[in-house]
Parts: sequence; structure tokens; C-alpha cells
Amino acid sequence: MTNAHETGTVDHGDHTHGTPGAPDPHAPIETAAEEPDYFDVLHQAIRELLVDKGLITADEVRAMVETLDAHRPALGSALVARAWTDPDFKERLLADGTAAIEEFGIDNYDGTRLIVLEQTPEVHNLVVCTLCSCYPRPVLGLPPDWYKSRPYRARAVREPRALLREFGTDVPQDVTIRVHDSNANMRYLVLPMRPAGTEGLSEEELAALVTRDTMIGVTTPRSP
Amino acid sequence: MSTRFVPDQRVRIADRDAPGHVRTPVYVRGKEGRIERVLPRFLNPEREAYGVNEGGEVRLYRVRIEQSALWPDYDGPADDVLELEIYEHWLEQVDDRSGAEGR
Repeated sequence: MTNAHETGTVDHGDHTHGTPGAPDPHAPIETAAEEPDYFDVLHQAIRELLVDKGLITADEVRAMVETLDAHRPALGSALVARAWTDPDFKERLLADGTAAIEEFGIDNYDGTRLIVLEQTPEVHNLVVCTLCSCYPRPVLGLPPDWYKSRPYRARAVREPRALLREFGTDVPQDVTIRVHDSNANMRYLVLPMRPAGTEGLSEEELAALVTRDTMIGVTTPRSP
Repeated sequence: MSTRFVPDQRVRIADRDAPGHVRTPVYVRGKEGRIERVLPRFLNPEREAYGVNEGGEVRLYRVRIEQSALWPDYDGPADDVLELEIYEHWLEQVDDRSGAEGR
């Protein structure tokens, strides 16, 4: 969704419009609902049945959506910054990702197990789920749309180097690429390398360098 | 509670058709690799998907496969690999002494 407040091109003070290409602040917020498809109807029917039978409550469904929305890549960024600044924590994170994120205070709400993959000068890790959209949601939130797209899922395992180049990431030939197909019970988080020139930065400043994509392995953090 | 395979052991992923909620991608069926690590036991998703959600836990492994073994025309370095999770009942023993295709 575009948001006029984020573009800085529309002045609401005097209501000046007309910046070419700027979103129309008066555009309707919601378009007419589309016809529900088969799976929309199936989902709604099952949810209503479960609520009617008293197996779950509507508030529990709402609370789960709230939980899903509350988990964002910022959690993973803070986790990586801690690993960059605390070698003992990094060791625990690599040894047992699930235990370490719980120690860090991240609610592992979906009960999946986490494997943390360390980027090194010799190995570049890349995460994909070819079968569906498995993703480390407790630490990164919901996956981006491209992660769920068929081209990403197919090409990440078939031609990872060409795919990474399209993400602007040129992995040298003397660096091994390890593609991790997140196809069953485990979830994967990439621990990027700390960029050079960041020695004086605080943990918070370091976290700002760790974007979502660096933790999937499609790019690397840059020096500030 | 046995563990049939050990780290670095050479294995083949079964090449068979299976209907239902199967977590073994078609592109790795029939391919050979090595056990990267042994994981815990989990409910068999092929049964859990049909409501069988107790008992029947199976051992899960991570298997490392060379990209050149997956794709004959792979154009990256020979060290590039793919790793994924395979349940024990999808793994077959390979005679390692032959050294076939291995490194």
C-alpha cells in the first residue's frame, strides 16, 4: 500500500497536489471486495465451525493475527547485533538457535526449531522453501512476497548464483554457496558477517545495518 | 529410537511417487548425498496431514547434495551444495566403498 505521508511529496498543510507520479491522497483506501475464492470460503467455513463448536474463540484468532503482525525483522536484526558484540552468545546461537532466541526474549510462538547459518569469507548461505513458504517467522515476521514466488523458489536451488546477481549480490567463485531448502521441520536464519569499519558502533547502530534480506542470504550488510 | 544413519554417511534419497503431504521435493528424489547432521524425531507429516498426530515419529536428517549431482549443467564451482531435510524412511544406504561419484 502506498502512503502519501511516506513520500513527502504531498503537502497536506495547504493541500498541494500534482507531483508527477505521487500517489493520490484521496484515493479510496479500500476497493470493493473481490469474490472469495474456493480457499477463502473453505478457510471461513472451518474457522466458523471451530468457533461455533467452542474449540477456539474469535478472540484467539484475532490474538494470533496480532502475534503474527508483532513479529518483525527488527527482532532478527537485534539478535544478529547481539551475536556480533557478544561472542559467547554467538556461540550459543550457532549451537542451538531455538534456545538462544528464547534466551534473547523472542517468543518462539510457532514451536519450530531454528538453525542459524553463519556467513563466512568461505561460505555464503541462502535460504529458500521450495515446497511452500517455510520461514523463521518468530525472528523475521511474515515472509516477503518474492520469497513465496515460484521463480525465487525454483531458481534459488537451480541457479543460485544467477539469482543472487539479480539481487545485486555477486558471490565470488572461490566462495562456496550453500542453499538451504527449508522443506520440513527446521527453520533457518542467516547470520551475516559484521561489515568492516563498524568497530565503534553501538549494538543498536549495528542492528540498523542488518536488514531482513541479509538474514535470508540474498544480500550482505553494508558499512554505514 | 535407533538412528540408522550417521554424519558424513553417503545416502540416496528414494525415487518413488508418493501422494499426499510429502516433504521430499521431487528434484532430489533418486539423488545421492551425505548426512550433514542428525536431527530429532518428528511426527511423520505424511500421516499427520491426515489427522494421525500421535505416535509414528520418524528420524529427520539434513542431507548435503552437491549441486553438480542435482543439475548436470550446473555452472557454478564444484563446491556449491544444497542442504535439505529428509525423513529416515526416504533414505537408502549407498555402498560407500565404491566411491562412486563421491569426493
